[in-house]
Amino acid sequence: MTREATIRELANGLADWDGPLLPILHAVQQEFGFLPPETTATVADVLNLSLADVHGVITFYDYFRTKPPGRQQIRVCRSEACQALGSERLAEHIQARLNIGFHQTTPDGRFSLEPVYCLGNCACSPAIMIDSDVHGRMTPERFDALVD
Amino acid sequence: MPSSISPVCIYVPSDTGARSLGADAVAAALAALVGRLGIDGEIRRNGTRGLYWLEPLVEIGTGSARVAYGPVTPKDVAGLLNPDGSANRKHPRCLGNVDDLEALRLQNRLTFERLGVTRPGSLSDYRAHGGYVGLQNALALSPQDIVEAVTQSGLRGRGGAAFPTGVKWRTVLEAQGRQKYVVCNADEGDSGTFADRLVMECDPFALLEGMTIAGIATGATKGFVYIRAEYPQSIANVAEAIDTATDAGLLGDDILGSAHSFRVEVREGAGAYICGEETSLLESLEGKRGTVRFRPPLPAVKGLFGQPTVVNNVISLATVPIVLREGAEHYRDCGVGRSRGTLTIQLGGNVARGGLYEMDFGISLREVLYDLGGGTASGRPIRAVQAGGPLGALIPPKHFDTPLDYEAMQAIGGMVGHGGLVVFDDTVDLGALARFSLEFCAIESCGKCTPCRIGAVRGTEVIDRIRAGVDPDANRALLNDLCDTMIEGSLCGLGGMAPLPVKSVLTHFPEEL
Repeated sequence: MTREATIRELANGLADWDGPLLPILHAVQQEFGFLPPETTATVADVLNLSLADVHGVITFYDYFRTKPPGRQQIRVCRSEACQALGSERLAEHIQARLNIGFHQTTPDGRFSLEPVYCLGNCACSPAIMIDSDVHGRMTPERFDALVD
Repeated sequence: MPSSISPVCIYVPSDTGARSLGADAVAAALAALVGRLGIDGEIRRNGTRGLYWLEPLVEIGTGSARVAYGPVTPKDVAGLLNPDGSANRKHPRCLGNVDDLEALRLQNRLTFERLGVTRPGSLSDYRAHGGYVGLQNALALSPQDIVEAVTQSGLRGRGGAAFPTGVKWRTVLEAQGRQKYVVCNADEGDSGTFADRLVMECDPFALLEGMTIAGIATGATKGFVYIRAEYPQSIANVAEAIDTATDAGLLGDDILGSAHSFRVEVREGAGAYICGEETSLLESLEGKRGTVRFRPPLPAVKGLFGQPTVVNNVISLATVPIVLREGAEHYRDCGVGRSRGTLTIQLGGNVARGGLYEMDFGISLREVLYDLGGGTASGRPIRAVQAGGPLGALIPPKHFDTPLDYEAMQAIGGMVGHGGLVVFDDTVDLGALARFSLEFCAIESCGKCTPCRIGAVRGTEVIDRIRAGVDPDANRALLNDLCDTMIEGSLCGLGGMAPLPVKSVLTHFPEEL
């Protein structure tokens, strides 16, 4: 099945939900790891929306990606509770260790790095998230051990 | 009492916080130990007690008591059990019976009465600890009487706005619409807050029971829980609880044999802080960009898909069952002034004993920070505390005797908000924090109104000039003006409150900015 056909099938499967656009985009991203270029036109067609409507939604939300991410996604909390326990220093270490900045992916495709504003782990700061696992009381040493 | 054939029950918390500190590895080590000893033992994954400095907190059930150990590492595990499977009370990590822990005894857990006691996915645990009695009681009342009970309890919106929950429900009850909705705002994006996550991950049926009661009270038959994407475990636990409750006849048609119908669906957010603002959240649920709506009309009159909609925070909804179970007075008799009941304080940042403290309104900041929290984690003096999330004022020690109640906090230019307190020691750069507050606003602004969209960007630039020593007095005056413009001119609380941390630094810590 082509990518376009897969997207159409996913969209058709959810089209009768109340407010189906975000659930469809989540489903497509779940399938491909990102939203392929065909997404906008296909989903717009299924839901009878304009291209601008769908494009506008995709670009509004940080979690929707239009490029493939690294195999592991690292999110570093930069909010106040984590700042209170040195998250900015940790963030600098992580960027130096991976040799990339925020919103970037390592050239070997292993890691991508994103900032996140609160993981709800504020009594165990600083916190990071690797894929869907949160790690609390993170230190540069523990981070190195996690990615080695 | 359990009979002699009962297995040894070993509890290891399963929430994101405990797991972030290694609870899964501890659970695995305990399972291996049980196998090695050849005893009849069961590892139960309960919720956290919310005492995060003790996590992973292991409890070993012996008869009716549960013996606590914490913080436990996999290396500690071998010594926790005696060879016969009983709890080793001589272990250095032993804290005694969990119910005797001072940090729990000092609390008044109402909303969080089951926190850490039960397993999140277990409906039988939930029902064995008071669950679904509130709904049963509600089914015997008229919608008007349910709304009246919630009004009488004094419950106010725990998401931060503190609007009386009963008044909101009455508006929806009296509104006309072809399909009313109950929307749970579980987009808990404020830094320093995690109480919603604790409900969803540790006691999700309480949320569903509260939503069901809200539906019956207002005539809504459909509910949505809008959960932020950063909370995958909350999404999974709530979705599982919905399936379990539906199978048990607690959601769907003819709830508990009544004529009432109520269904709930989970919707996942996509990383937009602004969707915690209720009208943005509704836009997002409808499948649009999460931009703020003009008010009026209020969501209670014209909300989701243009229909009358209850939008309540997780804590507000999860508190409703105990109000209906124990009566409005039981809840209202706690607290002070116009702040009735309990505040679910979330203590985080640089604090020795961070976690969830459910206390009657009226406790002072000082008592929370020092008596409960034990001061900073670093051992240095507390320089400031940020109350109510990233849009809350930075409060100096001279105000630490302020009681935590909505009006008293407002009187010192602060806010209770969602009950989050973030502690900073004296190494904090408050000027940088003030800048961060506007930078955050610029990143997260929905872009609809100019004061927020442009003001936040210009504000960071002005702070940069002040910090670089460029014409500081004139730039401070400019910054103050800009903050006032944002506060007065923004459409919603993001642009309207992001300047508050800045103004609090200018007022209380002038040497820092």
